[in-house]
Amino acid sequence: MTGPREGFRPADHENDHFLLTTVVGSYPKPKWHDRAREMFEDDGSDFGEEEWQESKDDASRLITHEHERCGIDVVCDGEMRRNEMVEYFAHRIDGYEFNGRVKVWGHNYFDKPSVADEVEYGEQWLVEEFEFTDEVAERPVKVPITGPYTLANWSFNEVYDSEEQLAYELADLVNEEIEALVAAGARYIQIDEPALATTPDDHAIVGECLERIVDGVSASAASGGSSDSSDGVPDDVRLGLHVCYGDYSRIYPEILDYPVHEYDLELANGSYEQLDVFKEHGFTKDFAMGVLDAHTAEVESVEEIKRNIKKGLEVVPPERLTVSPDCGVKLLPREVARGKMENMVTAAREVEQELDAGEIDVVADSGAEASADD
Amino acid sequence: MPEIVATTPGLFPLPDWAKDKLSDLKGHQKTDLISGDEGAAITDAYERAREEVVSLQTDAGLDRISEGQLRWDDMLAHPLAIHDSVETRGIVRYYDNNNFYREPVVTDDLTADGDVAAELDAATVLVDSGLQAVLPGPYSLADLATDEYYGDDAAFLDAIADFLVGEVEQFPDVETLVLLEPSLVESPPEDGTDERASEAIDAVANAIDADVVTHTYWGYIEEKTYAHLMDADVDAIGFDLVADHDKNVYNVQEYGTKDDVALGIVDGQNTRVESPETIRDRIDWFEQQTNTAYDTVYATTNTETVYLPVNKFEEKIRSLANAATLEAPEADQ
Repeated sequence: MTGPREGFRPADHENDHFLLTTVVGSYPKPKWHDRAREMFEDDGSDFGEEEWQESKDDASRLITHEHERCGIDVVCDGEMRRNEMVEYFAHRIDGYEFNGRVKVWGHNYFDKPSVADEVEYGEQWLVEEFEFTDEVAERPVKVPITGPYTLANWSFNEVYDSEEQLAYELADLVNEEIEALVAAGARYIQIDEPALATTPDDHAIVGECLERIVDGVSASAASGGSSDSSDGVPDDVRLGLHVCYGDYSRIYPEILDYPVHEYDLELANGSYEQLDVFKEHGFTKDFAMGVLDAHTAEVESVEEIKRNIKKGLEVVPPERLTVSPDCGVKLLPREVARGKMENMVTAAREVEQELDAGEIDVVADSGAEASADD
Repeated sequence: MPEIVATTPGLFPLPDWAKDKLSDLKGHQKTDLISGDEGAAITDAYERAREEVVSLQTDAGLDRISEGQLRWDDMLAHPLAIHDSVETRGIVRYYDNNNFYREPVVTDDLTADGDVAAELDAATVLVDSGLQAVLPGPYSLADLATDEYYGDDAAFLDAIADFLVGEVEQFPDVETLVLLEPSLVESPPEDGTDERASEAIDAVANAIDADVVTHTYWGYIEEKTYAHLMDADVDAIGFDLVADHDKNVYNVQEYGTKDDVALGIVDGQNTRVESPETIRDRIDWFEQQTNTAYDTVYATTNTETVYLPVNKFEEKIRSLANAATLEAPEADQ
């Protein structure tokens, strides 16, 4: 059960093998877009809502096309409309309030929101972003959405008896949003749960959150849920989970039970020291492996990235390997981010050619459980 | 009726203007964190911020005044992170939080430093009475660091305790010293180490002529560790009643505690502000549960307050101060 992956193969794809290339989400914002935000937030400026909307649209179009020019198979708009992965959503959910910045490390701060009232679905979160991106993109679009566990864990909870309860309430709202995204045509949705890496003992809570998310989709948007563990997700919708910067041995293989098709994991940062974790127990879902370090400002060579991709083939066969950066790349200089994307795609295509030519021994077996019902 | 002393474990959030100012002056990368020999512009900014947080505490009516530990970019690892015999390496997670500090790796002899003493010296001119020093406890500081010099855990813990003693000996007169020991909860010491941890705390406590509080948080400490901690010559042990009131009360019921006690009864990691009445209720509850009349109850946030936005931090400080001065409820007849 690896979901509707072949549907993302471009019509003009030249190789028999297809290593799906994509991004995690965020991308460096053009400098003019940062300036536009500053002007929009400056009360003394005459840069208003309309101008800010235009800036967001222009940036979204530009970065979507930049991804396409790099040759990425499934693209994003680089999250040009979002400021931060929790703040953006908290601004749209009723019940949240903001009190000011808190420290993460050094002089890096974030406007950690407080849940001061019961959370309710407020204004739309991502449907407009998706519709715009989908409209301007030639390639399929992936929608990254911050997961309920991270939304709960990275907020102050003033209202609910436990963080777990808050996470489940938020899961119902994420479900509502995903339902709307699916209805709008989204077919590839990635749920970001970086907080799972910080509190790995809570993997069962994340699992319950995901069950709530997909079950809701079944009830309304789906034209008929499948009978597999992704019960409820329409057959042509692909769900991924992104986790990064943690000790995976504490959440794997348990996370394989989650109702998603794909796990997108950061591994290049740690020089693949944790790769063995995924070999000890068969990787029965799709593996979206980080092949680029999102926090080094040097562009990895095509050769280095090819070596990284081949490490993924030690875990899953090519038809279940997705190629992506470790994480969102928004902190990199833009030209570095672009260079990394270009080399990543070149490397993936070259590995596909080597696979076509039979030059690579795929170590991983095809995983009988995995592709059986595709 | 105990004397209620309103205080905090220090490590305050920087005022918002100082967040911006120091971001500009220092930068955002791990190589930009505090060095211990920062220049005049950075020193000036910290001095202004220190004056501000001292005034805040004084105006609120806190009974113990902390200088705020605003320079402690690495939180409790600070005294090592700026030491000449320590290399700082990657950014690592600070306990179970979405916060990070530079991993301090001890590569040479840990000589007395004087960095924390200098901060307290600067505060003495701002504080008329009730100055409170804050240090990481020796067990927690050793737990947060990596040793590449002393060779074994016992020698390293002793060296850390000696280092802290050297620091304390340079302190100006202070009313209270708070030793923060969250690692006693988060990384429970094994057999043998629990006793050494207590002896290390004892060594630091005996180096100063002040009331010493050893405060624990993020849960409760194992019974045996607690029993050993009771052997340390400190004036009070602190308990995190926000994270786990039942287990902490159990320890006190089973093993007793000192004549004074510190109670973490205001949440240092949540923006919901406790009223003075709630704070007093929690003190009363603890006294009833442990059936003890304490000489002094230190009423405090359970954790450092660096996790809070400034407005809520200020409200919590005021609530604590007001709780200490509330009229005692009429005794039940």
